[in-house]
Amino acid sequence: MIDKSRIEEAMQTAIDHSTADQTEVLANNRSMALTRFSNNYIHQNVAETNMSLSVRAVIDKKQGYASTNRLDKDSIKEMVDKAIEIAEHRPPDPDFISLPKPRPIVQRDMVSDTTVDYTPKQRASAIQRLLNVVAPRNFTAARAFSTGYTTFGVANSLGVNAVETISEADLKTVVMSPTSSAFGSAVAVDVSNIDIEKIALEAEETTLRGQNPVGLKPGTYTVILSPNAVADMVSFMAFAGFGALSLQEGRSFMKDKFGQQIMSQNISIWDDAYDPNTIGFTFDFEGVPKEKVVFIENGTAKGVCYDSYTAKKEGKKSTGHALPAPNPYGPLPLNLIMSPGDSSLEQMVKTSERAILVSRFHYTNLEDPIRTVLTGMTRDGTFLIEDGEIKMPVKNLRFTQSIVEALSKVELVSMDRELREGMLGASYIPWLKISEFNFTGATQF
Amino acid sequence: MKDLTSLALDVAKTYGATYADIRVIDEEHESIAIKNGRVEEATTSTNYGFGIRVIADGSWGFASSFLVEKAEIKRVARLAVEIAKASAMIKKENVVLSPILPVQDTYKTYVEIDPFKVSLEDKLALLLRAEETVRKTPGVSISHASMNISREKKVFASLEGSYIEQEITESGAAVDATAIKGSDIQERSYPNSHGGDVATAGFEFIQGLKLDENAGRVAGEAVALLSAKQCPSGEFTVILDASQLALQVHESCGHPVELDRVLGMEASYAGTSFLTLDKLNKFQYGSPIVNINADATIPGALGTFGYDDEGVPAQRFDIIKDGRFVGYLTNRETAPVIGGQSNGSARADGWGRIPLIRMANINLLPGDSSLEKMISEVKDGLYLATNRSWSIDDKRLNFQFATQIGWEIKNGKLGAMVKNPNYTGITPEFWNSCDAIAGKDEWRVWGLPNCGKGEPTQLMHVAHGAAPARFRNVKVGVGR
Ligand SMILES: [Zn+2]
Repeated sequence: MIDKSRIEEAMQTAIDHSTADQTEVLANNRSMALTRFSNNYIHQNVAETNMSLSVRAVIDKKQGYASTNRLDKDSIKEMVDKAIEIAEHRPPDPDFISLPKPRPIVQRDMVSDTTVDYTPKQRASAIQRLLNVVAPRNFTAARAFSTGYTTFGVANSLGVNAVETISEADLKTVVMSPTSSAFGSAVAVDVSNIDIEKIALEAEETTLRGQNPVGLKPGTYTVILSPNAVADMVSFMAFAGFGALSLQEGRSFMKDKFGQQIMSQNISIWDDAYDPNTIGFTFDFEGVPKEKVVFIENGTAKGVCYDSYTAKKEGKKSTGHALPAPNPYGPLPLNLIMSPGDSSLEQMVKTSERAILVSRFHYTNLEDPIRTVLTGMTRDGTFLIEDGEIKMPVKNLRFTQSIVEALSKVELVSMDRELREGMLGASYIPWLKISEFNFTGATQF
Repeated sequence: MKDLTSLALDVAKTYGATYADIRVIDEEHESIAIKNGRVEEATTSTNYGFGIRVIADGSWGFASSFLVEKAEIKRVARLAVEIAKASAMIKKENVVLSPILPVQDTYKTYVEIDPFKVSLEDKLALLLRAEETVRKTPGVSISHASMNISREKKVFASLEGSYIEQEITESGAAVDATAIKGSDIQERSYPNSHGGDVATAGFEFIQGLKLDENAGRVAGEAVALLSAKQCPSGEFTVILDASQLALQVHESCGHPVELDRVLGMEASYAGTSFLTLDKLNKFQYGSPIVNINADATIPGALGTFGYDDEGVPAQRFDIIKDGRFVGYLTNRETAPVIGGQSNGSARADGWGRIPLIRMANINLLPGDSSLEKMISEVKDGLYLATNRSWSIDDKRLNFQFATQIGWEIKNGKLGAMVKNPNYTGITPEFWNSCDAIAGKDEWRVWGLPNCGKGEPTQLMHVAHGAAPARFRNVKVGVGR
């Protein structure tokens, strides 16, 4: 691992060299190794070490950006000069006021030496344990096991200076029979907290149960959605409307809705990087500490998250949700949490006369960001429930459904939640039972 | 450079590699974007590093680093072999590579105007002209114009004796107009959505797009869409514009013919393919007028190169011939499975990733019709243009695309504009319903700079030649 002091030194070199009015430097040091398997053998096995610096130079109201992964002093200086040159030659942005000033940051301990030092052999042994469970049934397993760490630093000429490291182990697998499949996954700071046998056994059971699916007519059904599927849906919704830029540009579904009930009462969604169940940096890409932001409280639209630029536009304070500048997305939440309910998967099944259980979505995409119309396929285990029991596996279906509408028809929420890596960082998400969900198409398997 | 690449290969061999290659890559990138009259982005970046790929004990290993210096090259070469030996703990068969002749060569994108030598002021001025035209159109909510240029200098050296230097330059630009009223959001883009059009070319390509001349039209359309009627639901004859067809080819033909997907190597993530080995040369993928080829040699196309990232020369070959499925995209590892040699489809996203089977330029070949003729032959149908969103199942059968805009076709004439169009289908049924394809005059190549695949994720720059085409009995207006 590259020393914290070396990272701080590299950032300081850039700031010291800069003649701009304000200067901000981001550092990213990442070492990640990933072992990929398919057809019950390891077919790809990779490792990467990188460290990059990027700088934002502010002259008057003009910002220029440059980045490099050449870390000798001359290259760092050259990068700063380029950013300054860009700033000098572009027109000003009247809405830009200042980079953020430092605020105290309480950091979390998210480094495990076991994860950082994990070897290729250890990853192979872990995958072998997984295969030992599924191979005797003539099932095959595929996907990946990765271990490594990311150190991220932000410093600016106003005194912001923060560096934090997160180690991460991420196991994902799809277990397959000729006619069915199942997904299992776990992510942890400490690789020893990943229970490979448990993941393998659960996936094996779903694969077994999913064999020889029958075709089902698309239509409106009651659905029971797994945390995988809900996390997918909620990340798209957050991307479309939980950030201040989407609100200020009038493309957020939250606009004109604050204080109004837009979802079921049992739905609350917030962002909190400090929740012990999630994994995430405690400050954003401007070095502002992350605050808890409530988006939906008991179904009512409450607020959005801010970076310093969007906050200043409304005379507010940044909530610590900046992405690396410059970016077209504005601030976004990377640690979504959904409130738990008092139900369980078992109870959801038992109380269903006729419903579809969805284990996972595939290739979801927004067709309309304000109406939050999402389309996608089901994958890795779709089941028909009748009279309170899982009746049979069904072939995969396509849905076309407004997310906000779906979340306004939530009958039950599970007490148990799971951490799921999605399009937007990590989300801590329960199972949901939704009374109406539109399946608009079907496929052949 | 040769001393560094030789060192990597020697060290790998010493520790037990039976095959090794190293790629050293120096990338330079520039992005500029204007939104609502303000500079949203003006940034330059460089990214330098190397990756060493080896076979040891019959299995693959790969390691990479940003520190291009001797001590680090030795460490990384040794690590790559250690990783390969760990892979060999769980292996089926030894990896066998299709044979290749060692090559010493260089390749360079032809560039008329070096995009890195054009001043920031000139670039900003070009974008501002287009963006301003959009901004000043009454009813527009968001005006946007963007430009991306990049240059990749890469060296490939292998234990088999190849040493290839390539320099690939890319240029692309776009202008977008968004109109919002209540919960209605409409966007129009030129020359295409999702970042516009990109080519392996210089600044002349960006100038040739004539963003400013087209900005007013797309801005007007975005605003007009707000008061347009909803796209009808039902089964219709549909004509797709060439840019939407490019994405249709990408998702429903390009991905399912990647042989690694077919063999299950991507099963867990992107998925597998309905085009299983038994279908090769037998399966009627589309109607007899459907011809699709792979061609990594098209001058200026985004997927064009001299050699792939295994040192195999760029090639042209058939994928779909007279509607029949006849070819996969292969690399050196998978080609022997179907008894062939690699057709040069292995590419990596930078120095920190391994080459995977990737599309280069996958093209729907021109037919003998024209957009005008196709429209004139339709009694009741729709003309849909410019992609808005895409989704397809993990075997690449059931797809659903939304487009930015559509027009009714009534009695052989283009009629009223319709908004929020989408269409869905099953890949072979859809391509078998293709009954007309426009000719050479309306055929062009579209660059797609954002094709995701693999773990860790890799983004690849590919392209698709297409001309407008017509499809019968397409399900339109899904979930409306
Ligand atoms: Zn793709």
